[in-house]
Amino acid sequence: MMQDLVVYLVFIGYAVAVLLVFGTVLTWVERKQAAIMSDRIGANRAYVRIPFTQIKLVWLGLFHGLADGIKMMLKEDWRPDSYDRFAYALAPWVVFTPVLLVFAVIPFGGTLVPAKLLQSVPSVSAWFGDRTYPMQIARVDAGLLVVFAFGGLTIIGTMLAGWSSSNKFSLLGALRAGSQMISYELIMGLTVLGLILIYGSVDMNAIAQQQSGMLLGFLPAWGIFLQPFAAILFLTAAIAENKRIPFDLPEAESELIAGYYTEYSAMKMGLFMFAEFIEIAIIGALFTTLFLGGYNLPFMSDEGFVLPGNHVVPMGHAAIVLIQLAVFLGKVLLVSSFQILVRWTLPRFRWDQLLRFAWKFMFPLALANLTVTAVVVWALHA
Amino acid sequence: MSWWERAYLPEILRGLSITGGVFLTNMWHWMTFRKGALTTYYPEETRADYAAGNRGKHVLTQRPDGRPQCIACNMCATVCPAKVIEIEAAFDPDDPVHPKYPARFEIDYSRCIFCGLCVEACPEDAIRMVKEVPNLPTFDRQQLWLSLPELLNWNPQRDVAKPYPAKAGTENTAKAGTENTAKAGAENTAKGGADKTKGPA
Repeated sequence: MMQDLVVYLVFIGYAVAVLLVFGTVLTWVERKQAAIMSDRIGANRAYVRIPFTQIKLVWLGLFHGLADGIKMMLKEDWRPDSYDRFAYALAPWVVFTPVLLVFAVIPFGGTLVPAKLLQSVPSVSAWFGDRTYPMQIARVDAGLLVVFAFGGLTIIGTMLAGWSSSNKFSLLGALRAGSQMISYELIMGLTVLGLILIYGSVDMNAIAQQQSGMLLGFLPAWGIFLQPFAAILFLTAAIAENKRIPFDLPEAESELIAGYYTEYSAMKMGLFMFAEFIEIAIIGALFTTLFLGGYNLPFMSDEGFVLPGNHVVPMGHAAIVLIQLAVFLGKVLLVSSFQILVRWTLPRFRWDQLLRFAWKFMFPLALANLTVTAVVVWALHA
Repeated sequence: MSWWERAYLPEILRGLSITGGVFLTNMWHWMTFRKGALTTYYPEETRADYAAGNRGKHVLTQRPDGRPQCIACNMCATVCPAKVIEIEAAFDPDDPVHPKYPARFEIDYSRCIFCGLCVEACPEDAIRMVKEVPNLPTFDRQQLWLSLPELLNWNPQRDVAKPYPAKAGTENTAKAGTENTAKAGAENTAKGGADKTKGPA
């Protein structure tokens, strides 16, 4: 029992650290990538001075995220005069917490065997015995359903924020957020249904493990090759779900100031922004797990590499675990970077275009994709 | 919109490939230690390719003996739309040709709009604008008030076309001018303006 506690505390610490670091680093990536895309240099002024010296660490502007955080914490927490105090204070947390919770069911590595990992210390190794742990905070059979359940909770947060602010712009933003997120969540669910049909499971770890095989002898059996259409639709719907450009109508600053968080200031507003950046990483993690083979490199499994033609390259457990952790983070960063590329490339939709795009374009496509998948799966199994 | 454009995805992919291509090209430049941006680290780094006609920092031209060519007629101060030039005229009985001279000539760069009207208005070619803007950015608003010695000596220029008669009692030589310039420059450095980029021409 104690062993489980230790291992899961380590997992939780790792997951929280990864998410918070991603949330901070992605603000930097967003600034720098946007700058490089538009032939600029980007943020490079914030520095940390080593005390008692004149040595200033700039590190390519990496400390701008830190400066943002300090600014948010030190600003006056201004509140509107007439508002629902409780809902107003609760709303940022209702947006922020589910975003963190989603990560609980996402596997960020393969199977961990602590006894093998800590071979050099026999007493610790013996204490762990032959226990194995999949690297995932909560091994829930209903993994994907949990993702959608928590994803749905953020809608409540945005609606609460807009409604409790006593501001017309906030209310309009909240209404837009509500209708947009419900529409696109439906599409996200429909696109993922095809994958569930193929893998026959909603357990995220099982889905990731099934993608370590091969297709037709040479392609890695990633979801993006099995369901290319669903991958595109899923990513589009996920960006819409995160309310980022080109789908940022709930907070369209040219029309609604800042939408549902117009009346928020200081760290409450910071929580909304932080949740948005963490959600980029979460979408990256979901997309990685569902469509990009999760924590595994192509042709890689928990035992080592299995190259085409049945060449097996066995590897040590520590090396495998490290590679899996690094590969997962790398893939998440790539998908996050792609989302930022989309955000700095496309102009914003008009409101009617946004809903028409959801219901008249993506919804039929998702349904068609599901139908074709169902027929093919039925034909192959029959 | 054609049917192809209406299908969203191909056109969006085309746009993404363009921006992504720009990103990768610039990133490759940075990673191979070249510059991947069109902009500069201002003010540490200034562009070398200012246009020849760029209107930058002002220069007050000198007479051969190093005194300002300015006759304190106030035309530049009058025409200035931002009202940044302040001139205090004084009388010099020893110089009968140009008895009026500026005892104080200050430009407030925090409000200057670099329109160049002062240069146009000057009847004596006493004020010019060069294309560079060296050392103007600062953290202190007071540092943006530049006075006579600074404007006269940061980039000394003379009007060779106009030979001025020597002031009574001084020698009209380049040596005297250089001495005067160096002295004024030393004063200005002592006042805290670290704007000296060039020595006397």
